Amino acid sequence: MLRSAAALLAGMLFGLGLAVSGMVNPAKVLGFLDITGRWDPSLALVMAGALAVAMLGFRVALRRPAPLLDEQFALPGGQGIDGRLVTGAALFGVGWGLVGFCPGPAVASLAFGLGDSFTFVAAMFVGMWLYRVVGQSRARQQELRTMEDEPAD
Amino acid sequence: MVIENFTPVAALLGGALIGIAATLLLLLNGRLAGVSGIAGRLLLSLRPGDVAWRVMFLLGLVVGAGAYGLVASPAIRIDASLPVVVLGGLLVGFGTQLGSGCTSGHGVCGIARLSPRSIIATLVFMICGGVTVFLVRHIIGG
Repeated sequence: MLRSAAALLAGMLFGLGLAVSGMVNPAKVLGFLDITGRWDPSLALVMAGALAVAMLGFRVALRRPAPLLDEQFALPGGQGIDGRLVTGAALFGVGWGLVGFCPGPAVASLAFGLGDSFTFVAAMFVGMWLYRVVGQSRARQQELRTMEDEPAD
Repeated sequence: MVIENFTPVAALLGGALIGIAATLLLLLNGRLAGVSGIAGRLLLSLRPGDVAWRVMFLLGLVVGAGAYGLVASPAIRIDASLPVVVLGGLLVGFGTQLGSGCTSGHGVCGIARLSPRSIIATLVFMICGGVTVFLVRHIIGG
């Protein structure tokens, strides 16, 4: 119950940040990715602002032996850089560049009721589900292992 | 290169809010605020007690953005055609699961932890996103 309330609070601040920074707008995100055109560097500053706070905040948080509302930190283990990581990031990048939505802004944008937002989020969940189905036999052992230590996503 | 529509103050302010949100989720729940992981693992739902906080976080994203919509009118423009929106969504969904993260998980939380995996993933999706936009806007659409 408390954990759900904490997650709601964190989600709200996150969604507010995405809206304030303009990142819920795919046109603005594509303006960042279009560096050879009329470039909008805003996304770089959103990341810089988030990283400045998170680097400091994470350091303070991880100094504790455990989080305040749970028994332990669920942090990704030491997987290396492999083909899955690079291929997955590449596919994600292409999808991101086609529409201008990544998962956070896409979900947050549902607040504004555009049909395309709902279509994108639905397709995104289908893509996630497809990964579970297609990758299941190959990734089952991997998955069971990572269930214990939650990957970095 | 021409710089246009640059909103540095709003970007830094919004970014700081995202950083605070990620810090809170880690400090309170011990979780990383990676949206693709929070959403994708909903589909696994192996442990019932693991579902509620994920739903609440995603709901929070909508509520937080909607709250800003009450005091301002954020522009949202999606130029892609319907088939491209569907294709993009499928690629983002599949790719983030295969690659274990997205802009928030790798780009913010992972880099904040100086994870080499996340730094590489972020470079790869930034470059692929940039190349895709270049091809769509300046080669196909040009």
